[in-house]
Amino acid sequence: MKRTGQAGGGLVFALTFASACQPDEVAVGPAAKASASVAPNVYVNIRNDGIVEIYCHRSEMGQGIRTSLPQVIADELEADWDKVEVIQAIGHEKYGDQNTDGSTSIRNQFDLLRNAGATGRDMMIAAAAQMWAVPANECVARTHAVHHEASGKSAGYGELVETATGMPQLENAKFKAREDYRYIGKPMDTIDGLDFTTGRAMYGTDTVLPNMLYASIERCPAFGGTVTSFDDAAARAITGVVDVIRMPEPTSPPLFNVQGGIAVVANNSWSAAEGRKKLEIQWDRGANSEHESQAYKDGLIASASAPGASVLTRGDADIETHSQHEAVYYTPYLAQAPMEPPAATAIVNEDGSCEVWAATQDPQTARNTVAATLGIEKEQVTMNVTLLGGGFGRKSKPDFIAEAAWLARETGRPVMVAWSREDDIRHGYFHSASAQYFRAGMDEDGTTRSWLQRSSFPSIASTFAPGVTGPSGFELDLGLLDAPWDVPNMRIETCDATAHVRIGWLRSVCNVFHAFGACGFVDELAHAKGQDPKEHLLEIIGPARKIDPADDAAKYTNYGHDLAKHPVDTGRLSAVTRKVADMAKWGRDLPAGHGLGIAVHRSFLSYVGAVAEVSVDESGKLVVHELWIAIDAGTVVNPDRVHSQLEGGGIFGMSLALHGELTTRNGGVVEGNFDSYPMIRMSEVPAKIHTHIMESDAPPGGVGEPGVPPIAPAIVNAYFAASGKRVRELPLRNAGLT
Amino acid sequence: MAIDFELNGESVSLDVDPAMPLLWAIRDIAGLTGTKYGCGKALCGSCTVHINGQPMRSCVVPASAAEGAKITTIEGLSKDGNHPVQVAWRELNVAQCGYCQPGQIMTAVGLLERIPNPTDADIDEAMSGNICRCGTYTRIRTAIHRAAGDKS
Repeated sequence: MKRTGQAGGGLVFALTFASACQPDEVAVGPAAKASASVAPNVYVNIRNDGIVEIYCHRSEMGQGIRTSLPQVIADELEADWDKVEVIQAIGHEKYGDQNTDGSTSIRNQFDLLRNAGATGRDMMIAAAAQMWAVPANECVARTHAVHHEASGKSAGYGELVETATGMPQLENAKFKAREDYRYIGKPMDTIDGLDFTTGRAMYGTDTVLPNMLYASIERCPAFGGTVTSFDDAAARAITGVVDVIRMPEPTSPPLFNVQGGIAVVANNSWSAAEGRKKLEIQWDRGANSEHESQAYKDGLIASASAPGASVLTRGDADIETHSQHEAVYYTPYLAQAPMEPPAATAIVNEDGSCEVWAATQDPQTARNTVAATLGIEKEQVTMNVTLLGGGFGRKSKPDFIAEAAWLARETGRPVMVAWSREDDIRHGYFHSASAQYFRAGMDEDGTTRSWLQRSSFPSIASTFAPGVTGPSGFELDLGLLDAPWDVPNMRIETCDATAHVRIGWLRSVCNVFHAFGACGFVDELAHAKGQDPKEHLLEIIGPARKIDPADDAAKYTNYGHDLAKHPVDTGRLSAVTRKVADMAKWGRDLPAGHGLGIAVHRSFLSYVGAVAEVSVDESGKLVVHELWIAIDAGTVVNPDRVHSQLEGGGIFGMSLALHGELTTRNGGVVEGNFDSYPMIRMSEVPAKIHTHIMESDAPPGGVGEPGVPPIAPAIVNAYFAASGKRVRELPLRNAGLT
Repeated sequence: MAIDFELNGESVSLDVDPAMPLLWAIRDIAGLTGTKYGCGKALCGSCTVHINGQPMRSCVVPASAAEGAKITTIEGLSKDGNHPVQVAWRELNVAQCGYCQPGQIMTAVGLLERIPNPTDADIDEAMSGNICRCGTYTRIRTAIHRAAGDKS
């Protein structure tokens, strides 16, 4: 297995397969693109030197797609893993959906990738059969060669290239049986392991071009504000500073456009940053200048506490019951904060064309955005995709790439725009703050008879359209409308919230707060009833059944998939609940001051259960001792990468549960770096994070995101078990816990 | 002015502002991009290099402090990537996105040179200055034990 950044030399046999399979597009948000016709051959080249080139058209940001995607193709192709080279694809519509977002790479493209490999395999078989003048069905492909048992003939794939080149197209390639998989389902080593451990891995920040410049941009503290005037004399006096350039003003809605501000370009990163410090800028802070997060929080809670728009109705959620239980849950703004802040390098050539090297999750949208920014055709933009030093949704938004392209044209030289950590935390596309109101009505025996849930948060749609006043569309899919609770009377409402910052995706998106609220509230009901939380959780999930939210007048789109193929299956949800409870030895005696908490959530078509064991001492020091996480993601391609995503999802969930909060004052974000916006560090990491993958032959679900949502409620529920104190707001540090 | 030091075993002379942080001198001037920016304030450890054998945050060390020093970056840790820490990292597939890992590895190497057989508590203390947003921490712990010779 080799990793290269570009196509190798030698004769390349471009297989001309039929377009037998379309990419399975899923409409996730306004950035979703129309489905493009895809010929599977764009992913595979078999060279006459025997090397198989596999184009990875999805972005690598730590989920391991540069290993998993070739595993699928190579398996069906019967390729030898040691003769596979992985090439990172540029952003181009010929690859179909490249938006590496929504945990979609495997769940949406498993069959597409299998077809690419299987078609290649059948082409090799057909070529051998023609060469030997034997029936194709007497030939088998195995380990990078085709064999004819009766005659004892064999030919390597490289030897078959010339014959295959002139062959007719093949269609309807048959997929291998599950028991015949050689790579799918195996824990293959990360193909970039050597690069990752030697400093050779190239990220968005690592592009080096002759004569390049480095830019640092001062943006208005309040979102949407503009420059009134500025003095750049002191900045220009800094050694190494080449120019100071006013950026185009921000647009409304913001889309993925540049945000305005003043750019300092210099011969090195440090001079650019030093020059930027010397800028004197007068801002018109604009329409959001009074945005203040405490008042905004109060507004969200008030909005969620009053009737909203009904989006799901089952029975009568207002029926009279023996008792009622109410609660309000709140979560703050978050920044994705990938370790590599947004970074891109661009060059604009004399003919007006532009070449870009960017850490982008969505290379086609990045390409389109650059074209629009420069006023050129997308065909004039070459979008090279580097490794991403983390993404978590931030790098789906190519505003920083547009900045690089614009400055490259202004300066006539290659320009890298690399955001500082403060830029990243203050000027990103934030995860929505949210408020939820819950009300449950219970019988005398504690059985929940009615459930009312209201959700209020500024919508991602506000980033793309004017006049958006609340949650909408696909956001309701994210852990709200597929509520699994076996409650006969249920109503779910959405409540208004206006955005004052750019809102965008963060790993698992609205599932973060929907799971936090619902799983925390369900735990409250268990204690109100006096029942073991795990037993209560299983009881309120109820018998194994398949839920169709349309039965309750809900417009549910199931992450873009048919419910017949990917049902909302409460049996699978209960199974991960039981499994994770068993893993944690739920019900065992615990040390004094310890507590166990459990939560379970379906997202991105996968089911995840989590148990946390925590303790808290008198000073308020909270320790998460261990985490147990079980996933049912259907068929999995690389179990080691699934385990690692769950381990990482556990840490990501801990960061947002314990520490994560952005606040705003005068329209600007107060926090700026890891001192004020802390992440989980080694000293806080549980002694063990136990992960388990449920055996399943169901179609693949998502993996990158589903591990996150149940973590925060499991910790909060464990904290209640340990202390008797209920926390309904994140982060826990605001409850005096450190 | 020129600052003379040894970078990964080779003598170099960099013409930089002495106040420029060593991180940028290494990356932008010397052209070695394995050392990463993560925070610029010694808060995350992504920029960790060895200065005379000690793991240091190069984002807050001025280039002038490198004068006459021996600097080792991830690129110079071993010739072929086979330092025991690098090998352990690969055997356990520690990295997810990989961006923070040069800093993690340089800090771990410094720990093992100081404490050849660290406990979990030693590891937690030594590694807590290095943030990994992907959350590879538990594998880092295991990999450090493995590199120390504990194959468990």
